[in-house]
Amino acid sequence: MKADPKGVLTGTHYIDGDVASGYGALAAGCRFIAGYPITPSTEAAEAFARVAPRAGAIFIQMEDELASMAAVVGGAWAGVKTMTITSGPGYSLMQENIGFGASLETPFVLLNIQRGGPSTGVPTKTGQADMMQSRWGSHGDYEVIAISPDSPQEMFDYTVKAFNLAEKYRCPVMIMSDECVGHMTEKVVIPPADQLEVEPRRYYSGPPEGYQPYKPDPDLVPKMAKAGDGLKLYISGLVHDERGYPVAAEEFKTIYVRRLVDKIRLNKNKIIELKEEGVDNADIVVVSYGISSRVAVKGVEMAREKGYKVGTLRLVTVWPFPDERIQELSSKVKAFVVPEINYGQVVYDVARCTHGKANVVLVPHGGAGVHNPKDITDAIEYALKQEKRIEGVVEFKTRLEKLVFEGGMKLKE
Amino acid sequence: MAEIRFAGYGGQGIIRSGIIAGMAASIYDNKHATMSQSFGPEARGGACSSQLVVSDTKVLYPYITDADVLVAMSQAGYDKFEPELSERKGVLLYDEDLVKPKASRGKIKAYAIPAQRFAEQLGRKIVANVVMLGFFTAVTKIVTYEAMQKALPESVPEKAVELNMKAFERGYQHGLEVTKK
Repeated sequence: MKADPKGVLTGTHYIDGDVASGYGALAAGCRFIAGYPITPSTEAAEAFARVAPRAGAIFIQMEDELASMAAVVGGAWAGVKTMTITSGPGYSLMQENIGFGASLETPFVLLNIQRGGPSTGVPTKTGQADMMQSRWGSHGDYEVIAISPDSPQEMFDYTVKAFNLAEKYRCPVMIMSDECVGHMTEKVVIPPADQLEVEPRRYYSGPPEGYQPYKPDPDLVPKMAKAGDGLKLYISGLVHDERGYPVAAEEFKTIYVRRLVDKIRLNKNKIIELKEEGVDNADIVVVSYGISSRVAVKGVEMAREKGYKVGTLRLVTVWPFPDERIQELSSKVKAFVVPEINYGQVVYDVARCTHGKANVVLVPHGGAGVHNPKDITDAIEYALKQEKRIEGVVEFKTRLEKLVFEGGMKLKE
Repeated sequence: MAEIRFAGYGGQGIIRSGIIAGMAASIYDNKHATMSQSFGPEARGGACSSQLVVSDTKVLYPYITDADVLVAMSQAGYDKFEPELSERKGVLLYDEDLVKPKASRGKIKAYAIPAQRFAEQLGRKIVANVVMLGFFTAVTKIVTYEAMQKALPESVPEKAVELNMKAFERGYQHGLEVTKK
């Protein structure tokens, strides 16, 4: 269906990624955000709060992140599209109720503008070190979808898409952005409402006595009911059967968890979005996401000037991971170079999929800044020079690390 | 393509300057402009900078590699970012009351303006950044005067539009004078 025009701020804006995501949420039909504003994601919350009244939407500042996430799950079951917005420490605090939402198969979106961690870290500066937490931050088996935009325009576009995916697969969708993209200001074009496709909620419409809240459709996703609308709705974080009733036997647990993971895994070809450039005939493929993909562009450009055959693969969807595509490329390329602003997270999934057919080089970064593009060029050069297969992941030593640990860099604030 | 750094301290409108110039370039001059900001945890007083990359085509890499322009509104900002200014083509714009520049390097051209003093004469120190933006527009010509005239009123509170337009004009005229010499 088409977007509700009341929530669409059609026009050309010069805004940052945070604001673009806030506008994207309203355009997608989000009518309830509960959050506990935190740097560097605050502008997204402010932007949504500012424009929410025009569409009858609500922003509520909760007492903390635990309550925020609980309200987001509750709001979704009350019948509206919901979202929360956070960063670093807030994300950690939300994990328990993210799992609760996933277990109830609640559609919701979470915007994480990643900052430098661990703990309080560097509030105003960037990081990409929450990537594994986005996948496995809560306890138990479940699957989520995680998207990583790299520009303010994409923050708008992929926030809309995140809501559509959340409704389609009834799962948490994480927008795993970062401070650089969140605080990057560019032109953002918001189309007219009749050009924006939004996914309606899958509501049950059969006879009331026939409703079972966890009876799946053929694509493994069950139909939802709005709490208070009259259908018998029993929902619980306990393992449940199709009626929603708690069950503890291993056969029920098997059926329940299998579907919870398979509804994402078996639909992953429909979910995954990649952006590739120059991958055919490349000797090296640079795999990146978020701000690191904008930085990688420069490193790749410099490598190409030296005559190297380099392609880029951008993970727009980070989870589920494109196993098959990496496997396929592994037999064609010499190595993958993976720059990420952490000490190795997504790179291990790249390595897992190569089956030893291609080398994998990590270009790490400790956070509070982005890579020097020259390090990416050098890592490409290094990867090309390796004659042998190297087990696991090789870590490239960056200029910054050499300077800090070996070069006697004078440290000053 | 032009790479610009605005540097100063929190509260001077350094990030706002990047937004106004970026909006003028990307929306009213129909180019592409990416603005990134850097600031610390403090709201006022800490080191603060913004970088703006303006290009006729889509900006892929959004950061400074060889800066065309440094706009320095504080000594600390100047000291930190002067080294990234291009020796071949760099243009330094600075507030002469707040920044004491070193001897010039290479072909870097330096232009001074008492932006904060002008702003005080206009009645409010807070518009020093807009005086500087007028100066920047006249000296560098990266963004057109017309585009800035459209972007500025959209970027400041309604009651402050007149003062800001005056501040911009003051800086712009000073820019025309110093480049005539």
